[in-house]
Amino acid sequence: MTTFSKNDDSVVVIVGSGAGGGTLGAELAMKGVKTVILEAGGRHETDDFQNDEWGSFGQISWLDKRTTSGSWRVAKDFSGLPAWIVKAVGGSTVHWAGASLRFQDHEWKAATTYGNVPGANLLDWPIDSAEMDPWYTKAEDRMGVTRTNGIPGLPGNNNYKVLEAGAKKLGYKEVHTGRMAINSEPRDDRSACMQIGFCFQGCKSGAKWSTLVAEIPKGEATGKLEVRPNCQVLQIQHNDQGKVTGVLYADKDGNQHVQLARVVCVAGNSIESPRLLLNSASSKFPDGLANSSGQVGRNYMRHMTGSVYAVFDKPVHMYRGTTMAGIIQDEARHDPSRGFVGGYEMETLSLGLPFMAAFLDPGGWGKDFAWWMDNYENMAGMWLVGEDMPQESNRITLHASEKDQYGLPVPNVHFDDHANDIAMREHAFGRGEAVYNAVGALKTFRTPPYPSTHNLGTNRMSEKASDGVVNKHGQTHDIANLFVSDGSQFTSGAAENPTLTIVALALRQADFIASEMSKGNL
Amino acid sequence: MTITPNVSRRTALKGAVAGLIVAGTGAGGLVFGHGNAWAATAENLDADTFATLVQMSRDTYPHARLDDSFYAEAVSGLDKAAKDDAGLKTMLTEGAAKLDKEAMGLKAASYRSMSSEDDRVAILKSMEADPFFQKIRGNLVTGLYNNQKAWPLFGYEGESASKGGYIDRGFADIDWL
Repeated sequence: MTTFSKNDDSVVVIVGSGAGGGTLGAELAMKGVKTVILEAGGRHETDDFQNDEWGSFGQISWLDKRTTSGSWRVAKDFSGLPAWIVKAVGGSTVHWAGASLRFQDHEWKAATTYGNVPGANLLDWPIDSAEMDPWYTKAEDRMGVTRTNGIPGLPGNNNYKVLEAGAKKLGYKEVHTGRMAINSEPRDDRSACMQIGFCFQGCKSGAKWSTLVAEIPKGEATGKLEVRPNCQVLQIQHNDQGKVTGVLYADKDGNQHVQLARVVCVAGNSIESPRLLLNSASSKFPDGLANSSGQVGRNYMRHMTGSVYAVFDKPVHMYRGTTMAGIIQDEARHDPSRGFVGGYEMETLSLGLPFMAAFLDPGGWGKDFAWWMDNYENMAGMWLVGEDMPQESNRITLHASEKDQYGLPVPNVHFDDHANDIAMREHAFGRGEAVYNAVGALKTFRTPPYPSTHNLGTNRMSEKASDGVVNKHGQTHDIANLFVSDGSQFTSGAAENPTLTIVALALRQADFIASEMSKGNL
Repeated sequence: MTITPNVSRRTALKGAVAGLIVAGTGAGGLVFGHGNAWAATAENLDADTFATLVQMSRDTYPHARLDDSFYAEAVSGLDKAAKDDAGLKTMLTEGAAKLDKEAMGLKAASYRSMSSEDDRVAILKSMEADPFFQKIRGNLVTGLYNNQKAWPLFGYEGESASKGGYIDRGFADIDWL
């Protein structure tokens, strides 16, 4: 494997190896750019993954100390675990379910489309569908997304068949087994899906796209990419001219090093990325790096989410096969007559028995709860995921007193649901229940949000430097050689699962960085 | 910890699971079920505390399909953790004593000798916000539902990769829609 000197100031340093960082690193390397990815977590390969929910949770989750505040229910149910994301090479692409959906045209123009929504800090993206179309096309090909590029859809499992039958009885039209970055046939030197289940625990067949199995190895094969696991970046450093010069990081033994850099790209997910910028405050940048707008850490979005589980009088075995096995898209449209702006997707989701006990009704007990668990075999489930409103007060801040293992302030995640989020969730719960009632559910249950998997918006993209943190290339408005490369760039959340858009933006950003480097601008 | 379910007795006891589950306690921390259907050894808690927590555990997540040894095993996890955690040991001991005190006030009986499940659950409900109750409940979320021996009883098949997943084993076998 290639290694680069810590004193090599010609490398691009990327913080994080997930959908944004892993894709960007591989793409830059394939363009001949020397790149070092510093990944806070360890490197677990396909064979290391476990078909065991709690075992895997301990193996790959980001469990470093975090605090929560606000009126969202996650702060009550999981006060130390605001987000359910991954600390490992591949980042949360190890854990994701694979849903790969493009934004709808209007979602790039949230402020224009939705108008004045009180309390929402809406803004149009500085890019649109036409700009992103070729990058989406490239991302879909790279990821092998089903129902694109002539790739057949995956077969529907039992959980999908229940969803589909209910959806059709209600007259829903856009119902299918999804656009999934899971091989329905062998492709890209990876096998076809064996319907193992446990997509959240790291795919043990390699059929699911992740940066771990599909991008990073290609980057490494060029000899231009080094991935350094167990290396947590603590601070981004800069010179008197206000250009970033490298990063301070701790290795697995806690020893600290500086890696010099020509360009630094931050891709640590929407909690760690703003935390790193804030923790890098200096006399020159007292409010943190790239924070002249004051927007670093603000506008934290986590998607409107919720789940509906239903019990039937006969077995479903929902856990067999892909976790996210199909989708209803009819409610994803913007239709304010429903009482809210934006839309939501309805996607099958299953949990194993251990996680069902933890997440169905957090804190629940007694005979009623036991009844649900007794009927686990006869249960079907769906996840509801929709656009939530960006709010300035929903934000990542540095905790005043709590410190991590390196002595740095831990992040606090503050979130309050917007009235629009609550109205959308109520509607989505109702429609989800209707789907299952249409096929004879004995009972349905409204499961509250899990810890956030879609963390977005805390370094948002904006046309004007006063409105956000990065420009349309993810380049910070304030510092030319500092980029943001993950979902924290999102100006608004859209209804769709974000990974495809993060990957498309990373591919586009790689093109920009390589081009600017060759022009001598970086 | 030793948990010894007596399989030959299990069937005979199935009808009795909603009732009282601990027959008695003996010397050396021994806790045993009716007809010696199962037995466990309290290593750090006293046997009465252990026995009370077993009854409380079943009352918290009552499943007719689970024999009592599953609840005893979950409590044994706490019993072990209490070895090096004096605060936990105190919490569990005092919590069990509080259950008994509440029970004595209601029915002049210890918690685990109260015959009405509703009465016992009412006591738990009144203590729902206590850290003690939440400790027992939280312990069961993993101690009961993450016990692999219990999974088949709930129709959950667990690990599947080594069996080739479900592509040829019923991932789409639903026949009643």
